[in-house]
Amino acid sequence: MPARKPHSVLQSRRWLGLGLWLLGAAAAGQTLTLVSYGGSYGRAVEQAWVEPFMAETGIEVRMEDYNGGLAQIRAQVETGNVFWDVVDLTTPDAVRACDEGLLEFVMLADLPAAADGTPASEDFLPDSRSECSGGGLVSATIVAFNHQQFPDTPPSRLEDFFDLERFPGRRGMRRVPIANLEFALLADGVPIDAVYATLDTDAGVARAFAKLDTIKDEIVFWEAGAQPPQMLADEEVVMTTAYNGRIFNAQVLENQPFTIIWDGQLQETSGPGIVLGTPRLEIARRFIEFMSRPESLAAISKYISYSPTRHSANAMVDSHRETGIAMSPHMPSAPANMKRALISDWLWWADNGDEMNERFAVWLSR
Amino acid sequence: MWKSSRLGWRGNSSTSDRWSGVDGGAAARSGMNQKKTTSAHIEFIDIAKTYDGGTMVLPGVNLAIGSGEFMTLLGPSGSGKTTCLMILAGFEMPTSGEIRVNGESVHKLPPRKRDMGMVFQNYALFPHMTVGRNLSFPLEVRGMAPGERARRVGRALEIVRLEGYGDRRPGQLSGGQQQRVAIARALVFEPGVVLMDEPLGALDRRLREELQLEIRSIQRELGVTMVYVTHDQQEAMTLSDRIAVFNEGRIQQAAAPETLYEEPATEFVARFVGDNNLLRGTVRAVDGELCSVAVGDGLVEAFMVEPLAVGDSTVLAIRPERVALSPSIEYSNSVAAGVEDMVFQGDHWRIRVSVFGESDFFVKIPNFIGQGGILPGDRVRIGWTTIDCRALPASG
Amino acid sequence: MAIALKRWNRQALGAALLVAPLAIFVAVTFVAPLAAMLVRSVYQPAVAEALPETLAALAEWDGDSLPDEETFRIAGAEFVALDERRALGSVATRVNRLQSGMRSTLLGTARSLAAETPAASWREAMIAADADWGAIESWLAIRRAGEVITPRYYLNALDLDRGGAGEIVVQPEDRRIYVSLLLRTLLISIAITGICLLLAYPLAWLLAHARPRRAGLLLLLVLVPFWTSLLVRTTSWIVLLQNQGVINDLLVTLGIVAEQQRLALIYNMTGTIVAMVHVLLPFMILPLYSIMRTIPERHMQAAASLGASHWQALRRVYWPQSLPGVAAGSLLVFILSIGYYITPALVGGRTGQLISSMIAYHMEQSLNWGLAAALGGILLLLVGTLFFIYDRLVGIDRMRLGG
Repeated sequence: MPARKPHSVLQSRRWLGLGLWLLGAAAAGQTLTLVSYGGSYGRAVEQAWVEPFMAETGIEVRMEDYNGGLAQIRAQVETGNVFWDVVDLTTPDAVRACDEGLLEFVMLADLPAAADGTPASEDFLPDSRSECSGGGLVSATIVAFNHQQFPDTPPSRLEDFFDLERFPGRRGMRRVPIANLEFALLADGVPIDAVYATLDTDAGVARAFAKLDTIKDEIVFWEAGAQPPQMLADEEVVMTTAYNGRIFNAQVLENQPFTIIWDGQLQETSGPGIVLGTPRLEIARRFIEFMSRPESLAAISKYISYSPTRHSANAMVDSHRETGIAMSPHMPSAPANMKRALISDWLWWADNGDEMNERFAVWLSR
Repeated sequence: MWKSSRLGWRGNSSTSDRWSGVDGGAAARSGMNQKKTTSAHIEFIDIAKTYDGGTMVLPGVNLAIGSGEFMTLLGPSGSGKTTCLMILAGFEMPTSGEIRVNGESVHKLPPRKRDMGMVFQNYALFPHMTVGRNLSFPLEVRGMAPGERARRVGRALEIVRLEGYGDRRPGQLSGGQQQRVAIARALVFEPGVVLMDEPLGALDRRLREELQLEIRSIQRELGVTMVYVTHDQQEAMTLSDRIAVFNEGRIQQAAAPETLYEEPATEFVARFVGDNNLLRGTVRAVDGELCSVAVGDGLVEAFMVEPLAVGDSTVLAIRPERVALSPSIEYSNSVAAGVEDMVFQGDHWRIRVSVFGESDFFVKIPNFIGQGGILPGDRVRIGWTTIDCRALPASG
Repeated sequence: MAIALKRWNRQALGAALLVAPLAIFVAVTFVAPLAAMLVRSVYQPAVAEALPETLAALAEWDGDSLPDEETFRIAGAEFVALDERRALGSVATRVNRLQSGMRSTLLGTARSLAAETPAASWREAMIAADADWGAIESWLAIRRAGEVITPRYYLNALDLDRGGAGEIVVQPEDRRIYVSLLLRTLLISIAITGICLLLAYPLAWLLAHARPRRAGLLLLLVLVPFWTSLLVRTTSWIVLLQNQGVINDLLVTLGIVAEQQRLALIYNMTGTIVAMVHVLLPFMILPLYSIMRTIPERHMQAAASLGASHWQALRRVYWPQSLPGVAAGSLLVFILSIGYYITPALVGGRTGQLISSMIAYHMEQSLNWGLAAALGGILLLLVGTLFFIYDRLVGIDRMRLGG
């Protein structure tokens, strides 16, 4: 009997160890995985949302990068092996993912009200989110140019992007139909409010491709958001379509001689959604709640020129954290920038995206 | 029976005669007895070769090979014989000197224009071609008409006794057969010279001897000039009209096999060609072509290969089969010796004796004489004639 | 005897256990996904499982006039039920691929029907919710999306489609993409294979027949890029070839090319070919090298002594013996290049894209995995055919890939 005593002590210690280990494992399970686009935008997300969220809740957040698209989310949901919790999505992607049952619903009622008590349902910009998205940001696909290349008469209108005679040189363009078809029609004289109605007809689509044909030989295509500023800096192109935030960051952080043409830009929204079936649903909802607060959305604008999708947050937009520049004039939502802005019709793209992509691929290969 | 005009592709009727389309193998072989006229004579003039600019692999070779002659380059490995052959074939360039074929320098000619058939040690048959295609290859590259090609290939296969093997692949043949194909391929385009680089080295003894005879008879029949490299002196003896013995890049002696054997010019040749007893001594007296040489505590009468002076060092070479036991009076040299050891070799006894203080002197006694009741430990007298005892200049 | 048998069994078991991890690894990471993708290219049960009653009703339908009221009612009810389970979206996406616009038609109608169940005619209510329901094409699209086993993806992958009566028709010109892309992929792959062979052959010759020390150094030079990250290699080509890149700068500086006429060396087919030749060159060199090392140099000397010129010796003696290496290298490079994705995506621009870009697009963006699988299946068939031909011509056992 006396010989057994130390043994049982040892055994109880072993159980204690196992218990601690299990606790640790459970705590590790509380790490939230947030997937976003990386680059300068990813850093903004980290500083404006992730760090304050961790400070407030003590919940660990791990960030991952991706290039958009729904393939990985679909694969995770279909195999029942969900390891992404919250994913930053463009609104068209979010709408599709929500329709296809890849995301959890996010109820407006669950999102925080504005400081003055305005409920979220009235505070959000119309059509700025899917039924599965948290609060989000407005960005714009714009045309930017390197103004050193045009010392005398710089381009000033969207039409100039398609004018090779007055503004010779190569053009950068994202290798997708979205934005490019709209730009082509706008430059061809279609009024802002008739763009999608025109695209709804075969003749309208043909008209857009015909306009793209006029600059086809001068186009250099890009895929990742970080490419266009690089292409401008390398003088690989003289003008390019780009996300306004990326160009802004190159302007203020790297002093690049870039100018944005605020004319006919395509305004899009994005916001994070929760992958359906995540075992960390509760902390994922807490994160969505946190980042949907007006002050959280406004905080992003300290780092990059994307404006919040909430009225109350827009009022809080301040200055750039690093350079002190006032951010309002650089926002896609700034009145001066909005004179001729086209709001992306994500519903049209959800219905016609596949077909347009196919026709775009055909056009590319010709 | 044959019509040379129909067959000649070089426009040289005498050449074609050797290959004329005779129906039937036996007749064909007899048809070979026609002596050729196109075989070449070759001259090596001061051929020197160095790879690194310092060490001379060949310090300066001079050699003339007659038209239709079977010349063997014999020597141990590294003696320069293969380098000589490669220079002749054009695969290596001499550092200096000149090769002439039929009096004309071939210095600038690439191998393919030298008109020399070559047989390599490992056959170098093309494994992706049938035997027939291997043989017709040299004819095809010369643009010969298909009918004539087929006829010549057929003839060449007859010569090496491989009729019916034309459709096989080299990989399906034995080593001996492969070498025959290689020989046929070197002959089929009727080169003026055939070069062979240790062609039988990879074969076993019996096959080697069989092929030696065959090569010999083919060369005799075709009358082609042959330059043959080997390190096997027996093989050289069997095949050659003349043998050039190489050592350390130099030709020690180039002569007919009998001459090499009977009249070796240097200590190396005496040692390398055949069995020999070599005794070192000092010339004591000279009398015309003869001399007296002090060896150990004895004095030996010898024939001088080249003039020596009194006091010179010399090496005496005495063939074991020329040494007699209990010599009769006509043997000018007669010394006492102790029998150390005896070995029965079938056709002869090989007896090791000690003489002049040396204990590795051999005597060969034909078997029909018997060993004469001699036993190890006996004291005997041995002797040899002066003409069989050659005084060579001591090397080194 | 029994003991020997037991020992043998144990050895066999041991061997099986040693191989098991590899076998499982290959099965899990290669065979299973491949099989799953191939199944996906013809087997698409999602719509059939979601709309069993609608499809059953539509099976009776003649396809010439609008379905009857009963069919409308069954379909409408099923759409509403599905939407409540959040399952209508993926059905809508699939139908939308056959008929653009059906996505919002389905989702919108389901929602308006859910908001207000039709009191009288479902037909009228649905057509009122979305005029598309009055078009026969909408119903045909649903019926076709409901096919469980379908050649549709393979047809689409070959720019074909089925007309209203199920006959096979060629797609309209502005939808034809895959055949020309497939042909271009084949052409570019052949070009890459040819250029690789031209470049690799002399290099492999040098490697195989140089003196050992120099050969070792050369082999290292071949292998160092092989060990370098693919992305690094591809990006360095961008640095070299781009409009303002090293080569163009050099040409302009030397006055060979005018500033305004810089050469387009990248973001086109040239870029794809240059970068892919570089990436794939080792796969040609190594098999060639391993074969050439076994060809005795004596053979070239023998050919020369037999009267062959260098060219004849190379063509008639050396080349045929190197063929197993040529075939292995070409097969390897060709197979790798027809499926290559990263390099053309980065440097191919508009005209240098291969079929892989469309596969990636359908995998990642359009989520049309059936079509992606069918395109992959066609590539697989192509590679398989090539392998079969190779086996017939050269024999797979003669293939040597390296060392």
